[in-house]
Amino acid sequence: MDWHQLWVITSTPDNVPIVALLFLVPFYVWYGFRQAFANDRLIEQLEANPEMAKTHHRKTQPYQSGWAKELPVWPFLLRIEFLAALIVTVILFVWSITLNAPLEEPANPSITMNPAKAPWYFLGLQEMLVYFDPWMAGVILPTLIVVGLMAIPYMDMNPLGNGYYTYQQRKFAIWTFCFGFIGLWVVMVVIGTFIRGPGWMWFWPGATWDHSRLIFEINRDLDQIVAGIFSALGMLSVAEFFGNIWVRTVFGAVVTGLYFAVAGFAIHKLIVATEFNRKVYARMSMLQYLTLQVMLTFMLLLPVKIVLRLLFRIKYIWVTPWFNI
Amino acid sequence: MADENPNQPESKSPAGLMDRVKEEIKPFQQKLESDLAGLKTPQKTALYKSIFRVKHDETPRSRSLGVLSNVFLHLHPARVNRDAVRYGYTWGMGGITFYLFIVLTFTGVLLMFYYHPSKIVAFQDILYLEHDVPFGKLLRNMHRWGAHLMIITVWLHMFRVFMTGSYKKPREFNWVVGVLLLVLTMLLSFTGYLLPDDQLGFWAVTVGTNMARASPGLGHEGPFGPQLGMTPYNDVRFALLGGSIVDSNALLRAYIWHCIAIPIIASTFMIVHFWRVRKDGGISGPSPVGLAQEIKWDRLDER
Repeated sequence: MDWHQLWVITSTPDNVPIVALLFLVPFYVWYGFRQAFANDRLIEQLEANPEMAKTHHRKTQPYQSGWAKELPVWPFLLRIEFLAALIVTVILFVWSITLNAPLEEPANPSITMNPAKAPWYFLGLQEMLVYFDPWMAGVILPTLIVVGLMAIPYMDMNPLGNGYYTYQQRKFAIWTFCFGFIGLWVVMVVIGTFIRGPGWMWFWPGATWDHSRLIFEINRDLDQIVAGIFSALGMLSVAEFFGNIWVRTVFGAVVTGLYFAVAGFAIHKLIVATEFNRKVYARMSMLQYLTLQVMLTFMLLLPVKIVLRLLFRIKYIWVTPWFNI
Repeated sequence: MADENPNQPESKSPAGLMDRVKEEIKPFQQKLESDLAGLKTPQKTALYKSIFRVKHDETPRSRSLGVLSNVFLHLHPARVNRDAVRYGYTWGMGGITFYLFIVLTFTGVLLMFYYHPSKIVAFQDILYLEHDVPFGKLLRNMHRWGAHLMIITVWLHMFRVFMTGSYKKPREFNWVVGVLLLVLTMLLSFTGYLLPDDQLGFWAVTVGTNMARASPGLGHEGPFGPQLGMTPYNDVRFALLGGSIVDSNALLRAYIWHCIAIPIIASTFMIVHFWRVRKDGGISGPSPVGLAQEIKWDRLDER
């Protein structure tokens, strides 16, 4: 266990925000879900008791009949804003006095930094480069992330959960978003920061960053593995067939098409899983449904390729003369 | 002249003189006292009234007007949902993000006084800033850490807005504006990364912009790029960097994007974002919870 290496990574000034993120994200996830569960308990009570639903103010916050529903902004909101500004300023001053912004040697194109890392908030994209070619990881997927985020309000037809925390009423939406935001984005940033070392190789926390480390692993494409299976079975003529790029292209297209069919089917099953979900589904137009399917199948492509790559050493599932996936 | 008058010897005596002086200054003394008393209630002075125009008291009318008639506060409504002022619902993340933007603009403008966006000089400027400019190091640190903090608060703000379902009707479009602001925040941070012109920024931007050359159709290494005539000297990466490598043109472009273009674009979207928060009915909650059994499914599409 190389504690020094771990300390070097965590104490690098530019990594401090990610160390903060490691505490802030779990805290606010807990904080949000705590309120969601509290509301869910209230919803359960109200649904079981229609009389109570008629008279209750329907919030978990305390309320008495004499209280005004609204407060003057001055002073009740402005004093909080002022306090928040003061606290943030103090935090920023203390942080800036105790830690210096990094400054390396002057820029020098002839001396390569190893590892050459993007700023930490883009490390999720850089980590995607392991699993996809740059045109996918650097261009297509980021575009889909941004477009997909913008499309959320137009795809989510669930009328419940507008303006309060809830989990029970929006399970599908919350699972999807948390999986994307925490499971893919934040975790990939953390992997890019703490795990990836020289040569973008995988170093577990506590392992020393060995600049001369070599990995003799062979990543193969899916069609080559299939060809290998055929030749192992003695069907050499079939295996030879896979040497042709056009055969590989068609094979990959079939496999990729199969993936989208299976993933789309699984996602559809989730979309219509419950009685309530089916009602929401009935509200969706064809365009809304197809957009949702495209976004979610592309999102699932990432964890699928992570598993294929890290567990099965598969590089591409679709090889063509122009691009590989 | 008065000294020569023998009929008024008393006036020469010291006691008589003091009395007269006291008599003379009495009106001034009274004015001074009332002025000093006025300082204890500054909100009654003509100066205060001319600036704020609204009475300073605890009536609901004055409290509302105090917010509504103030140019810096008028983004707020006069009154808010009583549960919305609790920390738990909003976490204050949107407001903190905006405050950090102001802090970054302030420190950024100060940094611009000491910075030349050209090769070699840029790096020397940072050294000068860190070692010779009074509080220069603090200034640079605050700008850097403020930027990183802003990215975290933007992410958490988005997470909160999602968890409370605040993007739902009628706030769909404001979520779209918010996503654009999220992207702009990260681009602001990214363009600032190159400006010290050190190894860290140089390689981060090299790694980042290398992705652009793989753009499908628009990059010289991307799918269908070469077929469409893309070379290192005319593709989208060339347009971003003003050259085929990260050099002086890239530094200047990053500087202008960072200090002028993106702040203006982001400010414009912020104006829309805040305006729409008000126009869409103020912040979304905490609202009373809805119940599945009460939804009238056939009438949902009527707004």
